[in-house]
Amino acid sequence: MVELTSSDFFLAALGGSLIGISAILMLYFIGRIAGICGITFSLLDSNEINKPWRWVFLLGLILGPMLVHQIYQLPIPDAPTDNIPLLILAGLITGFGTKLSNGCTSGHGVCGIARFSSRSIVATITFMLFGFISVYALKHLIGL
Amino acid sequence: MNTLFSYLIILLAGLLFGIGLAISGMNDTHVVQGFLDVFGQWDSRLIFVMLAALIVTLLTFPLILKREKPIFDSLFHLPKFSQIDRKLIIGAAMFGIGWGLVGYCPGPAIASISYGYWQTAVFIVSMLIGAFVCNKTTS
Repeated sequence: MVELTSSDFFLAALGGSLIGISAILMLYFIGRIAGICGITFSLLDSNEINKPWRWVFLLGLILGPMLVHQIYQLPIPDAPTDNIPLLILAGLITGFGTKLSNGCTSGHGVCGIARFSSRSIVATITFMLFGFISVYALKHLIGL
Repeated sequence: MNTLFSYLIILLAGLLFGIGLAISGMNDTHVVQGFLDVFGQWDSRLIFVMLAALIVTLLTFPLILKREKPIFDSLFHLPKFSQIDRKLIIGAAMFGIGWGLVGYCPGPAIASISYGYWQTAVFIVSMLIGAFVCNKTTS
């Protein structure tokens, strides 16, 4: 197990709470689910109306980390893997899969469960389980 | 819906989401892969992030959804589909595999753009292509 400090736990709980508050703002004020896949992938759909708000949300999503790393001198995370085929494969199946199942960690995992949606509960259990299997295969069987 | 105030709220929601991901370590693919690596050096942080977010939403969503409508719109835009079908399971399984391979889910990938890593860009472009292909090939 990775040894975590109390500050790690505090920041994890605080960060999670902020994500929850973001979801409240979206639902209470504009009646939308704060699901990143739904917000992002609908931009690919030429028929989608009410587009500007999606761009505004994504702008905030990108600016938020920029600000917080700058202001609080929070270290920038290490780069992801530089294995290009792996990045492309992971990106393709993440995009295809989240579009097919209509949601990802935010839409199903945080918002869907809070609405007691049985689809979201099943989706969350499924992607968690396959995430564990995927990392097990990658790190312990293939050794990447 | 088109008022300036509603856009400010949406911007604030985006900012809070991004800040939440950044401070909790969720933009770090190694932390996320560490969480999924239960047989290796397990990093439990993601579970605390998810639980904290869920406590906040579980306590408030039922109350919000009791209202007739949101503040700036005439209705709540919620998924109408409630059936658990093959698409849901297959899609979630594909996402889980992709999530494990790199450690990015869509939110943190987009929230990591400002770190300037080319790996993030390759992942996001591939993800958009994947979603686009799904949109075109499945009804």
